Amino acid sequence: MTLEIAAILGIDGVANGAIYILVAIGLVLIFTVTRVIFVPFGDIAAFTALTLAALENRQVPGTISLVIALAVIAALIEVVSLVRRGDLHAVPRALLFYLGLPLLVVALVRFGIGFELPMAARIALAILLVLPIAPLLDRIIFRPIADASVLLLLIVSVSLHFALSGLGLLFFGPEGVRTQPLTEAAFDVAGILISGQTILIVVTSVIFSIGLYLFFDYTLTGKALHATAVNRTGARLMGIRPARSGAIAYILGSLMAGTSGVLIAPVNTIFYDSGFLLGLKAFVGAIIGGLVGYPSTALGALFVGLLESFASFQSSALKEVIVFSLLIPILIWRSLASTHSEEDIEE
Amino acid sequence: MSLLSVENVSVSYGKVEAVRGVSLSVEAGRVATVIGPNGAGKTTLLTAVMGLLPYKGRILYDGMDLSKLDVEARVERGLCLVPEKRELFSEMSVSDNLILGAYSRRDRNNVARDLDAVYDRFPRLRERRSQLAGTLSGGERQMLALGRALMTKPRLLMLDEPSLGLAPLIVREIFHVIGSLRDLGVSLLLVEQNARAALETADFGYVLETGELASAGPSKDLIHDPRLIATYLGEH
Ligand SMILES: Nc1ncnc2c1ncn2[C@@H]1O[C@H](COP(=O)(O)OP(=O)(O)OP(=O)(O)O)[C@@H](O)[C@H]1O
Ligand SMILES: [Mg+2]
Repeated sequence: MTLEIAAILGIDGVANGAIYILVAIGLVLIFTVTRVIFVPFGDIAAFTALTLAALENRQVPGTISLVIALAVIAALIEVVSLVRRGDLHAVPRALLFYLGLPLLVVALVRFGIGFELPMAARIALAILLVLPIAPLLDRIIFRPIADASVLLLLIVSVSLHFALSGLGLLFFGPEGVRTQPLTEAAFDVAGILISGQTILIVVTSVIFSIGLYLFFDYTLTGKALHATAVNRTGARLMGIRPARSGAIAYILGSLMAGTSGVLIAPVNTIFYDSGFLLGLKAFVGAIIGGLVGYPSTALGALFVGLLESFASFQSSALKEVIVFSLLIPILIWRSLASTHSEEDIEE
Repeated sequence: MSLLSVENVSVSYGKVEAVRGVSLSVEAGRVATVIGPNGAGKTTLLTAVMGLLPYKGRILYDGMDLSKLDVEARVERGLCLVPEKRELFSEMSVSDNLILGAYSRRDRNNVARDLDAVYDRFPRLRERRSQLAGTLSGGERQMLALGRALMTKPRLLMLDEPSLGLAPLIVREIFHVIGSLRDLGVSLLLVEQNARAALETADFGYVLETGELASAGPSKDLIHDPRLIATYLGEH
C-alpha cells in the first residue's frame, strides 16, 4: 500500500465514519434518554433516501401512507389511555401532537409534489416526512413497556426493525434508488482528489456534533434531556416528563438519521432494507464508544468507518466480516475495562 | 382549609401494606412533621403523596384530588419532594442541577434572581457551582437537594430526613434554613429521625409506627409526652 492509496482510503474512511457518527450519536441520544437501543434507526435513514428519490421523480413517497397509518394508531392509543385515566382535557393536545402535526407534514409534502421544487426544499420535505416515524413508533411500541429491562427493549427493537423492513418493501417496493448528486465539486489537495460530497458529509457531521453539544450545554430542554438520561426519578421530581424527553430524543435522532440518508443516497444505491447495515455499523461504533459519551461515540464511529475502508482494500468481499468480527474482542475488552454496569445506566 | 390533607391512605408493596389508614394534614404556612422508627413507612407515605407510588384513600392538595395528577403535574402545582435518596443529577454541575429545579416554572424572569437567593443561602454551592453534583460531599449534596427543591418555588415542600448522615454543625445549619422557609410562606412536611430537632421546628407532629399513626398533636405537647420522651426523644 502506497502512501497515496492510504490517503485515499483514509479520506474514504473518514467520510464513512462521518455518516456513522450521525447515526451513532442519534442512537446514543435515544439510548441514554429512553434505554432503548433503537435498531430501526438505519431504516429511518434508508426511508429518507427513498422518500427523497420519490420526490425527485415527483411521485408520492410510500412514507406518506406509513406516517398516516402510524399517526392514526398512535393517536388512538393515546386518546384511549387518556380517556381511561379520565384526563379528558389533555385529549385535544394529544390529538394535535400525535395526529395533527404528522398529518400537517403529510399535507405539506403532498402539496409540495405538485411543484418543481429546488433540491434544498425536496431534502427538507423528505427529512420532515420521516421525523414523525420514530416518535410515533415510540408511542405505539416502547412507551407501554418503558419500565422493561434493557434486554427486553432491545429484543422488541430488533423485531421492530424486521417489521419496518417488511413495511418498507410494502410501501417502497423492491427497487433500489440513487438520488441526484448534492454537489459535483471536487478539490485537488496535494495531488489527491477529494469530492465535494465527501467534504459535505464531514462538514455536516461536524456541524451536527457541535450543535448537539451546544444544545445540551446551553438550552434548558437540552439539560432536561440530559437530566432524564442521568436520573429519571430526579427528573420527574423536577417536573421533567420522561415521555416528552423521549419524544424529543427520537425527533432529534431522526433528524440526524434522515440527514445521513440524504448524504449517502447520491453515492450508494439504497433499497428498502439498506438501513440495516448502516444502523448496525453505527451501533458497533456506539458500542466501541461505550454507549455513553458523545465524543467517545464519535471516535468509535470514525474508527469503524476507517476500518471498513481499509478492510475493503484488503478484501472487499470480507469487509463486513472484518468490521463485525472486531466487535467481539472490543466487547470483551469493554466489559473488562468498563466500570459502568447495566444497573448504573438504568438508574 | 388545609393545604394538604391525607385521608385514610394506605400504600402497599405487593401484598405488604407499608402504610395503613393514615390521615394527616398540613396547614398553609405551617410545618408538620412525621417521626417514627426505621421502617415505619414515613418514606413510603411521602413517596405516595408525590405520586411515585399508587395508594388507596384520598389525598387533597389545595382542595384538589391528587389521584388524577401525575408527578410532573404535582410539581407544576407547587408540590415538591426532597427524597431520601436525593436523586441529584450526579453527572451534571451544581448550577445545572439548580437551573433544572426551575424547569417547570412559568415565571422565567425570576429564575436568575432565585438562583442568586439559593447561592446566598448556601454560599458553599456558589463556590462549587461548576463542580459535578456526584463529586460533592454528603453535606453539600443535602444543600444542593434542598436548593434544587427551592428552585421549583414550592408551596408545599416535603423533606425526607434532611439531616441524614450530617455533622451536628451542618444539621443546625439545615434546620435553620428549614425554619426560615416558613417565613417565606412555604408549608413543610418534614420526616425526621432527629425527632427532637423536628418537633422543635414543627407546629404539629405525627408519630408513625409500623405503618399506622400512633399519636398526633401540637409539637409543644408531643415534646413533653412521657412515652415519646422514653422512645424517641431521650432526656434532654
Ligand atoms: N420497594 C419496596 N418493596 C418492598 N418493601 C418496601 C419497599 N420500600 C420499603 N419497603 C418496606 O416498607 C416499610 C416502610 O419503609 P419506609 O422506607 O417507608 O420506612 P421509613 O419510615 O422511611 O424508614 P427509615 O426511617 O428507615 O427511612 C419497610 O418495612 C420497608 O422494608
Ligand atoms: Mg425513610
